[in-house]
Amino acid sequence: MRWIWIDRFLDFESGKSARAIKNLSLAEDHFRDHFPGYPVMPAALILEGLAQTGGILVGEVNGFQEKVVLAKVPRAVFHREMLAGEQLVYDAEILHLRPEGAAVQGRVSVGNELTAEAEIFFAHLDQARSGQLFGDRNFVFSGEMKYLLGRMTGDKIRTGGSAGTAEG
Amino acid sequence: MPTQEEIYNKVSATLVEALNVDEEDIKPTSTLQGDLGAESIDFLDIVFRLEREFGIKIPRGELFPESIFQGDPDLVQDGRVTTKGLDELRSKMPFADLSHFEQNPEVGNLSDLFTVDLIARYIQGKLENGTNN
Repeated sequence: MRWIWIDRFLDFESGKSARAIKNLSLAEDHFRDHFPGYPVMPAALILEGLAQTGGILVGEVNGFQEKVVLAKVPRAVFHREMLAGEQLVYDAEILHLRPEGAAVQGRVSVGNELTAEAEIFFAHLDQARSGQLFGDRNFVFSGEMKYLLGRMTGDKIRTGGSAGTAEG
Repeated sequence: MPTQEEIYNKVSATLVEALNVDEEDIKPTSTLQGDLGAESIDFLDIVFRLEREFGIKIPRGELFPESIFQGDPDLVQDGRVTTKGLDELRSKMPFADLSHFEQNPEVGNLSDLFTVDLIARYIQGKLENGTNN
């Protein structure tokens, strides 16, 4: 299974905010057991998608050179269950960003309905320590993660390299 | 300028959010790690929240200094903070009450310096000096 819990970015403003979507398909394995006859997206996977949206937002600021890891979720509220067939929109906004880490406010919605919200805290792994533990490989930002961002074109994406394009 | 009590109450509310503890468990003398269960990553979270709550900037190492903890032999010897180390603490943390720690300056006791009261005193000093940048 590929550990990517967002399908596409809709909007990306470097160092500020990102919006991504996740289509919940009944073909996803976890719906078989969670739950039989009632396909609810597991809350932890919703949070993972939100964290991936936020993590890419945070990582892009430094050109994905830092290893950004999910450090804690101080607060998460799920307003309702989200079911197969729905499209989740993940909004992440940077609250704080420092060399040591970042805090992101995340929101999940279906249509105009806010279905979940969470605050997510990311740590930048200390370069030296990270080298000892994991070697040089950037296990956080694999090619696939960056590919997702690369699929965006035009004025919807305003990354560090192309900042200053149209406001959307 | 908020009163001492207002600052304390806001600090307390901040810790409730950051550490997911009950407000009743927070006392001025509560230590962040020992009593309130803070882990290393929580310190940055606390810093972010305090900045937001009080509209101040807290530079890295100002509230939670790192130099003393990194095993510099001038500052720490045989697991104890040296006289020079204590001076360093005094200069880096004028808002800390070292009177108790000085009696037995073991490195292991350093974390006990970080109490709810210490944060409130730090914030108060920061607001009084208007060093918001």
